[in-house]
Amino acid sequence: MNRIHVNSTVNGDATQFLCDPGASLLDVLRDTLHLTGSKEGCGSGDCGACTVELDGEMVCSCLVLAAEAEGRTVATIEGVAEGSVLHPVQQKFLEHAALQCGFCTPGFIVAAKSLLDRNPNPTETEVRYWLAGNLCRCTGYDKIVRAVMDAAAELRQERTPA
Amino acid sequence: MPSPAFHAPDTVEGAVALLSGDPTARPLSGGTDLIVQMRSGRIAPSAVVDLKRIASLSGVRREGDAFVIGAATPCTALKNDADLCAAWPGVVEAANLIGSVQVRNRATMAGNLCNASPAADSVPALVAAGASCVVAGPAGMREVAVQDIPVSPGRTSLASGEFVVEFRLPVRGTRAADAYLRSIPRTEMDIAVVGVGANIELDADGTCTAASIALGAVAPTVVLVEAAGAALVGTRLEDDALASMVEAVTAACAPIDDKRGTVAYRKAMAGVLAKRTVQIAAQRAGAKA
Ligand SMILES: Cc1cc2nc3c(=O)[nH]c(=O)nc-3n(C[C@H](O)[C@H](O)[C@H](O)COP(=O)(O)OP(=O)(O)OC[C@H]3O[C@@H](n4cnc5c(N)ncnc54)[C@H](O)[C@@H]3O)c2cc1C
Ligand code: FES
Ligand code: FES
Repeated sequence: MNRIHVNSTVNGDATQFLCDPGASLLDVLRDTLHLTGSKEGCGSGDCGACTVELDGEMVCSCLVLAAEAEGRTVATIEGVAEGSVLHPVQQKFLEHAALQCGFCTPGFIVAAKSLLDRNPNPTETEVRYWLAGNLCRCTGYDKIVRAVMDAAAELRQERTPA
Repeated sequence: MPSPAFHAPDTVEGAVALLSGDPTARPLSGGTDLIVQMRSGRIAPSAVVDLKRIASLSGVRREGDAFVIGAATPCTALKNDADLCAAWPGVVEAANLIGSVQVRNRATMAGNLCNASPAADSVPALVAAGASCVVAGPAGMREVAVQDIPVSPGRTSLASGEFVVEFRLPVRGTRAADAYLRSIPRTEMDIAVVGVGANIELDADGTCTAASIALGAVAPTVVLVEAAGAALVGTRLEDDALASMVEAVTAACAPIDDKRGTVAYRKAMAGVLAKRTVQIAAQRAGAKA
């Protein structure tokens, strides 16, 4: 089987890789590019642990063929913090203890950031619907929702000029 | 899974050539059904033909008195077209009940239709709306009503090498609107037990001049219940008119029994949802006066 040569931008860096035509974007991120923050919980679009942004829209990377990323921009959990400075969503997940085993956390953080980039003032209902495609077996969701609401409040403050 | 060949043509002709040259090749839109089926081993296409690089297949545009929705347009992108949302709120909301945000950012109505699941959410809304689709194939282009695409669970009427390039919906004026409701065991991320699309037109004094009602998940394919629409035309949607409409809906159901719902439950819910859906569509139509 011929491998495909793909050029894309991953977390801001021009990136090239070779992949099997049937490989998922998640396979390439984890196994070829060694960006193992994105997780495979189900491989069928149900759990959201593999959430990344593709051209600015969040998708399940397990349901994207790696070859589709040609010329496109991919943003993963590894690009969310700026160096050692955590994004407010990450900081609030820590403060609210919004994780236990942590397997679902990268997907939740990419999804929550994607919401807050679009809507800095979501209602709790909007947060819950937006995160409906991310499953967590541990927390019961309440702490996750609190963390996202609190991160939204902090981002609004940061954005308001003093 | 065995790796299929991957192609991403940038013209309709290129895609037709790739698909008609190879009977087990499959078109790829959002991949939210296709890739799941490939990974589970249920299908093993020899080639996957990504339609998203064909510019004319993406986005919503106006052509004369029609909205044209490119077949590769993801469901979430439909919400960005304010005119489409005003004219066909039911179609847009049905497409945006599919899966999660992650899924809808990829999933398309064309994939929803051509996957041919009896429970596909956008299909009853499109059928109630009277939508058609333009199909490209080795013999050129043809236009076909949406309800003529699915023939049985998992099978369509599309010939080898054919694929949907766009949907067409009329641009329409005031006092007409649609709605879609589904019943699922959870509030998000589940498969419809029943889905109902309704499209209603009213005249200046609130009399219904046209109505169509389509059901999902209660038969092997979507059902357009002509008798249900007819029960509403000429009425002002009084209780007895709604009751005859519900009777026609219940009579048209031939559902299966499964863990999501029994036959009796699905039939009863179809009636309940049909009534609510008609009332929402009529209220929206009236509000446009
Ligand atoms: C987690 C999850 C939740 C889901 N929830 C729902 C739900 O609530 N409601 C619902 O209805 N569905 C649901 N689905 C199923 C799926 O998302 C939808 O059916 C979706 O609309 C499929 O569109 P797609 O563009 O991803 O199709 P694809 O996966 O790209 O294609 C589906 C099928 O159609 C064919 N095809 C694709 N495009 C064309 C075309 N233009 N012309 C001809 N054939 C074509 C493909 O070859 C394939 O056989 C869910 C899926 C997942 C993974
Ligand atoms: S691994 Fe992709 S959604 Fe679960
Ligand atoms: S913290 Fe364990 S799955 Fe969410």
